Amino acid sequence: MKKQAMFLTAIAAVALLVYSCGSGTPPPAADAPAADSSMTAPAQASSQTPTDETKGMGKFAEVKLTDPLDQTMVTSGKSTYEVKCAACHKLSGEKLVGPGWKGVTERRKPEWIMNFVTNTDEMIDKDPAAQAMLQECMVRMPNQHLTDDEARHLLEYMRANDGKK
Amino acid sequence: MKRLSLMLGLVAATAAMQSCKMKTAATAVQGDAASKTYVAPGKYDEYYNFVSGGFNGQVSVYGLPSGRLLKVIPVFSVFPENGYGYSEETKAMLNTTNGSIPWDDQHHLDLSQTNGEQDGRWLFANANNTPRIARIDLTTFKTMEILQIPNSAGNHSSPFITENTEYVVAGTRFSVPLGSEDVPISSFKENFHSTASFISVDKNSGKMDIAFQIVLPGMNLDLSHAGKGPSHDWFFFSSYNTEQAYTLLEVNASQKDKDYIVAVNWKKAEEYAKAGKGKKVSAPYAHNTYDEHTQTATSVIENEVLLLDPKDCPDMVYMIPCPKSPHGCDIDPSGEYIVGSGKLAALIPVFSFSKITKAIGDKQFEGDFKGIPILKYESALYGEVQKPGLGPLHTEFDGRGNAYTSMFLSSEVVKWSLKDLKVLDRAPTYYSVGHLMIPGGDTKKPAGKYLVAYNKITKDRFLPTGPELAQSAQLYDISGDKMQLVLDYPTFGEPHYAQACAASLIKDKQVKFFDINKNKHSYVAMGEKNAKVVRQGNRVDVYMTAIRSHLTPDNIEGVYVGDEVYFHVTNLEQDWDIPHGFAIKNNPNAELLIMPGETVTLKFVPEKQGIYPFYCTDFCSALHQEMSGYLRVSPKGANVPLKFGTGETAETVAAK
Ligand SMILES: [Cu+2]
Repeated sequence: MKKQAMFLTAIAAVALLVYSCGSGTPPPAADAPAADSSMTAPAQASSQTPTDETKGMGKFAEVKLTDPLDQTMVTSGKSTYEVKCAACHKLSGEKLVGPGWKGVTERRKPEWIMNFVTNTDEMIDKDPAAQAMLQECMVRMPNQHLTDDEARHLLEYMRANDGKK
Repeated sequence: MKRLSLMLGLVAATAAMQSCKMKTAATAVQGDAASKTYVAPGKYDEYYNFVSGGFNGQVSVYGLPSGRLLKVIPVFSVFPENGYGYSEETKAMLNTTNGSIPWDDQHHLDLSQTNGEQDGRWLFANANNTPRIARIDLTTFKTMEILQIPNSAGNHSSPFITENTEYVVAGTRFSVPLGSEDVPISSFKENFHSTASFISVDKNSGKMDIAFQIVLPGMNLDLSHAGKGPSHDWFFFSSYNTEQAYTLLEVNASQKDKDYIVAVNWKKAEEYAKAGKGKKVSAPYAHNTYDEHTQTATSVIENEVLLLDPKDCPDMVYMIPCPKSPHGCDIDPSGEYIVGSGKLAALIPVFSFSKITKAIGDKQFEGDFKGIPILKYESALYGEVQKPGLGPLHTEFDGRGNAYTSMFLSSEVVKWSLKDLKVLDRAPTYYSVGHLMIPGGDTKKPAGKYLVAYNKITKDRFLPTGPELAQSAQLYDISGDKMQLVLDYPTFGEPHYAQACAASLIKDKQVKFFDINKNKHSYVAMGEKNAKVVRQGNRVDVYMTAIRSHLTPDNIEGVYVGDEVYFHVTNLEQDWDIPHGFAIKNNPNAELLIMPGETVTLKFVPEKQGIYPFYCTDFCSALHQEMSGYLRVSPKGANVPLKFGTGETAETVAAK
């Protein structure tokens, strides 16, 4: 059963400490049963992982931004936000379950955001910024299985939320 | 099993002699057995084993060779673990013409086939007591359809299927009068009948329908199997009590030295049905289907069935004499051999399909049973396995020309050769074995690596658990010349028949979550924004969402004593294995388990005023304990307005 998820969280907190000392302890997901292909799949994706670590890990090495904003994408991103994200993320800077979205496109590179929302488990297990967020929120962000398009549209919606034109 | 124990008296003396063969339990599993069944966590078992739950009305799923229990699928019984039969969406699944029946006796299972090989699409299950057939989808392991069988009682010889899953059969164990006329029991011979129902299965959707029922003389149908290859057009049923006794059957149904195997040409029956040779009769029955898009079951009462009388349909049914009280009626992978198992006979009769066909052509009959021609025993017989053991029950095949028969009385599995009918090996079981199972052992292509024996009695096998001990299964490695017992494990309920298929056949088809964007449930809350509470009269619908780690709304006020409150909980997660639960204090109903992307409804009618906490029952994250909320129930007529929200506090409200 998914008891695994909560143990992972608990183990994660401890393991993070060890890991950060450079002991070489593998990150928790490596111990997780290979049962979840949604967890193992990203391993392939990460072969294209961007070399710039501020871009996170996942299949998005280069995201081309639009100028001005693509309003169709913004609208589609909004509806995805409402169904899949709004339960945990406010549009303001206020933390709910996860951090508020205000300013996220300033804090993170577009590639990082796209990788995080599509390659959630690997990011939480390995990316330093994502791990720091886990320690703060204590709930692993659910992998909401966004398609590449949904992720891109969501990014556009985040940019609109941050006042980009 | 209970019935079988009745004959213990008959054969007690010989059984006692035979029992000295039994080895002690301590020496049962030997050598490298443990390493043969060890499957490390994170490694998958090679087979899925679907085991009937007997009187618990469910199906349990084990991994083989590890014997690990993976899941219990509720089929004919309500299941508090996930709210099956209690949730508003699934209540209709247990509807019958006698109202909701939350229990049954589940005996046999059959995996769907294409060209005589397993195709990993569906699993069919029977209910004996209130005759029903269910279809389980193997992508979700959910019960998708339940069809009630009219004109039937003790739906035992089911749900066996034809080579391309054209039909699932349902054969009557207890003969009863057709319709609902009031007749004396002593008029059994005139008024009682057994029926063999043929249920068609839609190739694409799996949807079941009763195509026709064949009316047979009053007797007990026990098991069945479809022909394959050359015998594709035929179905074979074993029978007992052809004496037509209706009291003290243990004596009165054991008068003759033979019963019959009923051979039904279902292709002919199909033609007769199409040609209008049948009679449509009124026979109400429930047909329950679960719609995967609306995630809701509906129950429809159908009103008539088509009856085929062998009298009007020549060449459709024949009787083949079979040594007393045959249980199994098993067809070998080639489709040529039909193995009966005379439970009360000390031999195993093996019939030949080509000889049967020839005997029919040559009209080699020895009379008729209520108008149905009886073939001459010798003209249909291929040969007899002599002295196989005591109480032969059921036979499976390994695809290498060998057959394995369970011996209830002498508690052993006997391996014999189809070619020369010689006994090759025997292995003890612990104890009173019922059915056997080889993965694909009833198909054209058995995977003859393992055999599982399902035992009725365990005595000294496991820790005592009161007067009743665990039922058990035993796994044998049959890849060599000698059978080797490699694992012995307890099971749920009373296992009867089982089926197993390669995990590779269904493993990668598993649904991991339901796409929230395709959720067509009428009460879905598509995102937290749409969570709300709506009152109409005294009905209150709560459109609630669940995600790690809160419920929305989590504060509800303005509900009164006696209101009918429906909690429609939508799980917003889109990740594998993240169900959320939902329970509310003092609810006399059950709880829910909602799969990712799914909506499920729990009804609650508060009878007392008070504050009712509700919470997620399935540990979902580090903050699972925090996943909770409150419902305020006020007295009837109180002036408390309807109010709901999440994250609102006295302070935030005051600040506005
Ligand atoms: Cu939960």
